[in-house]
Amino acid sequence: MKKDTLKRLLSYAKPYRAKVVMTVITALLSVGFTLAVPVLTGRAVDLIIGKGLTDYKGILKNVLLILICTAATVVCQYVMTVFTNSIAYGMIKDLRCEAFKRLQKLPMGTVDSTPHGEILSRIIQDIDQISDGLLMGFTQLFTGAATILGTLGFMLSISVKIALVVVILTPLSMFTASFIARKTFSFFKAQSESRGKLTALIEEMISGQRTVKAFGYEDRAQKRFDVLNNDLKNLSVKAVFFSSLVNPTTRFVNSIVYASVGIFGAFSAIKAVITVGQLTCFLSYANQYTKPFNEISEVVAELQNALACARRVFALIDMPTEIPEPDNAVEMTAPDGNVALKNVSFSYKPEIKLIENLNLSVNSGQRIAIVGPTGCGKTTLINLLMRFYDVTGGEISVSGVNIKNITRKSLRNSYGMVLQETWLFEGSVRDNIAYGNPEATDEEIIAAAKSAHAHSFIKRLPQGYDTILSGEGGSLSQGQKQLLCIARVMLSLPPMLILDEATSSIDTLTERRIQDAFANMMNGRTSFIVAHRLSTIKSADCILVMKAGHIIEQGTHDELMSKNGFYANLYNSQFSQE
Amino acid sequence: MIRLLKYLKDYKKECIIGPLFKLTEAIFELIVPLVVASIIDVGIKNKDTGYILGMGGIMVLLGFTGLVCALTAQYFAAKASMGFGAKVRSDLFNHVNSLSFSQIDKIGAPTLITRLTSDVNLAQTGVNMVLRQFLRAPFIAIGAIIMAFTIDAKLALIFVAAAPAICLILYVVMAKTIPMYKNIQKKLDKVAGITRENLSGVRVVRAFSRQDDEVSRFSEKSEELRDESKCAGRISAWLNPLTYAVVNLAIIAIIYFGAKTVDAGRITQGEVVALVNYMTQILAALIMLANLIVTMTKTQASAARIAEAFNMKPDIEYKADDSKSHEDVPKVVFENVSFSYGGDENSLENINLTVNKGETVGIIGSTGSGKSSLVNLIPRFYDVTQGAVLIDGVDVRDMSKQELVSKVGIVLQQASAFSGTIRDNILIGKEDATDEEIYKSLDTAQAREFVDSKPRGLDTPVSQGGKNLSGGQKQRLSIARAIVKKPEILILDDSASALDYATDAKLRSAIKNDTEGMTVFIVSQRATTIKNADMIVVLDDGSIAGIGTHSELYKNCPTYREICNLQLSHDELEKLENEHS
Repeated sequence: MKKDTLKRLLSYAKPYRAKVVMTVITALLSVGFTLAVPVLTGRAVDLIIGKGLTDYKGILKNVLLILICTAATVVCQYVMTVFTNSIAYGMIKDLRCEAFKRLQKLPMGTVDSTPHGEILSRIIQDIDQISDGLLMGFTQLFTGAATILGTLGFMLSISVKIALVVVILTPLSMFTASFIARKTFSFFKAQSESRGKLTALIEEMISGQRTVKAFGYEDRAQKRFDVLNNDLKNLSVKAVFFSSLVNPTTRFVNSIVYASVGIFGAFSAIKAVITVGQLTCFLSYANQYTKPFNEISEVVAELQNALACARRVFALIDMPTEIPEPDNAVEMTAPDGNVALKNVSFSYKPEIKLIENLNLSVNSGQRIAIVGPTGCGKTTLINLLMRFYDVTGGEISVSGVNIKNITRKSLRNSYGMVLQETWLFEGSVRDNIAYGNPEATDEEIIAAAKSAHAHSFIKRLPQGYDTILSGEGGSLSQGQKQLLCIARVMLSLPPMLILDEATSSIDTLTERRIQDAFANMMNGRTSFIVAHRLSTIKSADCILVMKAGHIIEQGTHDELMSKNGFYANLYNSQFSQE
Repeated sequence: MIRLLKYLKDYKKECIIGPLFKLTEAIFELIVPLVVASIIDVGIKNKDTGYILGMGGIMVLLGFTGLVCALTAQYFAAKASMGFGAKVRSDLFNHVNSLSFSQIDKIGAPTLITRLTSDVNLAQTGVNMVLRQFLRAPFIAIGAIIMAFTIDAKLALIFVAAAPAICLILYVVMAKTIPMYKNIQKKLDKVAGITRENLSGVRVVRAFSRQDDEVSRFSEKSEELRDESKCAGRISAWLNPLTYAVVNLAIIAIIYFGAKTVDAGRITQGEVVALVNYMTQILAALIMLANLIVTMTKTQASAARIAEAFNMKPDIEYKADDSKSHEDVPKVVFENVSFSYGGDENSLENINLTVNKGETVGIIGSTGSGKSSLVNLIPRFYDVTQGAVLIDGVDVRDMSKQELVSKVGIVLQQASAFSGTIRDNILIGKEDATDEEIYKSLDTAQAREFVDSKPRGLDTPVSQGGKNLSGGQKQRLSIARAIVKKPEILILDDSASALDYATDAKLRSAIKNDTEGMTVFIVSQRATTIKNADMIVVLDDGSIAGIGTHSELYKNCPTYREICNLQLSHDELEKLENEHS
């Protein structure tokens, strides 16, 4: 499983094959050159013996070699780093775009049932983690391993005994590091729990600022805050201190290694098994050899983390997509507005049936109102019309064509939709209105805003139509956001309309004022209107009364009232209470 | 950052002792190459194994003392930095609580939360790093140079040339890349923003068939992110090779000139080795410094954000002393009040309104007509731009905070509940309320029934944000919370919208009956809610379109009549028509 993920992750490096090869070659070369330097330094040192005994020629030769090695290392290291960067950033960009593309193709059911934060964190944080892991992994793991092997080889070639001293002692520092890490884990856990509590309080008090201020609760909030804050401080001191033991302790272990090499090396030098130059070389190897060990434990953790993230990202990419469109799907150019539902059944979960055997035929230009208690399937019906979800039985047709045989794009473009929950993206007011028709002129945009009664408040915004809306509409009120969404549809004016509780967040007066605009908009267009407020649907050509997935009554307002059934009951109960 | 340094004041001792121990550790580290040199020059030369063992022992001892010093330093650093963080956090929290709504609206609650949490965390981590490491690198570098001078002054000049060269490389690379990394973060935020928008607006994106456009918008931003990252990477890729090159050049110089010096008999072979070791130590120390600077820039950014929050002076300040309220004056007066949230156009224009003690005022109007703005001026959530709001004849800007809070109770549009129990939530209104008082306020707020139906009654736990309560339950709790402190003025800002008509009606009559002498403002979109008020104010586009009773306004105010026609039943309207004919 882990292997598969790694393999798959590495497969993203395929487009960068040449660069990968270059990276490996330059990495090997740079390790080789780096390791040669201490040997050359050692040799040079051996030639510095004492007063009047210096072999200048030999030294010069070695110095020249060091110079060449250094220059080669510089080139190799630079090239290696640039290529690694290029591979890693390229790979994650590809991965990110693939994940996002998949997101656009996921069935609506999947998007609705997956928490959005989770998808977001996969596309952003997880992929970022992979990038860190790749960068670190590529360079450090590879060069680290090469350095260890290279150093070991060089050391063995000089003196097996001293090399053994280094090999045996080095793992000590790894053991102590992991030992401390395990011990400090509980402190970190306590710290993060305490931090969580404090953050929860902060969030509550800041987002509830109005209540805090209205009741003069500030001092009491501060008291509660300080208690938690103090707990956090005490736990943090412990966690931070104990975790900071790792570095000094491993440094201490390394200094033991260093001293041992010094002693053994000196003994060997006395016996003339090695030269003084070789001893210096050994000492600098002892330093170089322990470093990658300390780093590798870090890299392995990082890589494991990256793999875990990669698995989550791949799970997203592997989610099944919407049913593909048939090759001969029709491009709907000018739908006549006739919509028919034949024996339509649908359920979100197979075991809970929602809509069963629904039949409906709507003629061009008709205004259909859908009413009924919460959960009766009103919004579901809209989901089916727009083909956000596919019917599980029966068929829906527009202009006589089964919508499964129409391209999704042209089907959806023939509907204008305003939903209860408003959606604005980060961009100017103008761009938000022009979302459905980016080529619209300023005049068209202003006209659309005027007919949605949004023009007057847009003018009052700091930069008018150029005001940038931050995060989901920022400072606009719910009603204002809704007016912008209505303006958006007013601008593109497709042949059919869907209004799902479009005016629920707008007060009656404003609603009344935009009613004309709505009426204009609906004129000659097939419209589906879902609403709680019965007053807004009185004028519909046909009212569908839904209950538990079935249409239980159907007719005009007057017909249904005279029937004295469910609708009449609903209507009376609402208004008698007022 | 400097602004925040005052928070370290209580930890002066730790801030001095910590780095001091760190320096001691560095000194021990600097002695090691000298020990190695004497092993070579004395031990090996004289074939003295005892001496070598002794020197080896000294190295271990130096390492151990270094360890002890390091631990001491870490401990003090941890204590000082975490203490610093706690103090900053507490002060910042206090400060944020003193800011006005317009300030909080402007800066945004989410960013304030980030500043209080992750920014303070980053800042304290930064302080910890500085105390632990920052002084070490320059000290090792300078120490190594000094040691080199003690060996041979001429050779030491190589160090004097190399160390600044390395510093220069570090400086140039960082000066170039740090702004780039900030840019990268911004670009990543953009990519995240698009993803978030596409998730929340999935239906709209698909309804307008903009998937392909969204994908290309996303790719474009991702490519920008990639290119910016690569660009920064290309520059920072120079860091390691260049410093490495400088160090090796220095080592070459040491060997070459060292050889000459040894040849001349001024220094020994072992000392040349020591010099080479010092050079490598300098490199290691300065590279650590570079990493530290990267952390520091993050700390710096966080510290700047924290300081920015601190620098916002609260724009609403309260008088320290209670004011002298007047008797026999109207309870609440709006005098030529205009108000704007900062844009060009006023949200309220020239409002004049006089309300007497014990009166109930209904305020009605469309979305954005200024209803909430109007009542928010009474508890001074915002300050008027022109004119004045008077309570008991005193300008609210001349009152103490305590006085204002005790006089005015407001129930907000957005009902809120804090984590704790139901009792805790009511006690926010009055800290020392008895159970009897609590029950009485629950009765008035029509909340008694649902509280009693819970097995644990007043002790029923409430989760964060009141998620385990329904919207209507939260609203009723919010009302009870405001009533329990028996304010002289009670404001209900559309705070019964989640209640059904019957409960809403009961609530209004209970408030009327239970709150003798209380002046009540009711903001609503429903005509039925306010039609029985003593006085109804109709707002339209920030101005008063009419003031009067239900039947007066129906007759004289077209806006009000429009609302009634939309909302009231036939019978009711007929009754009104008959009244007037």
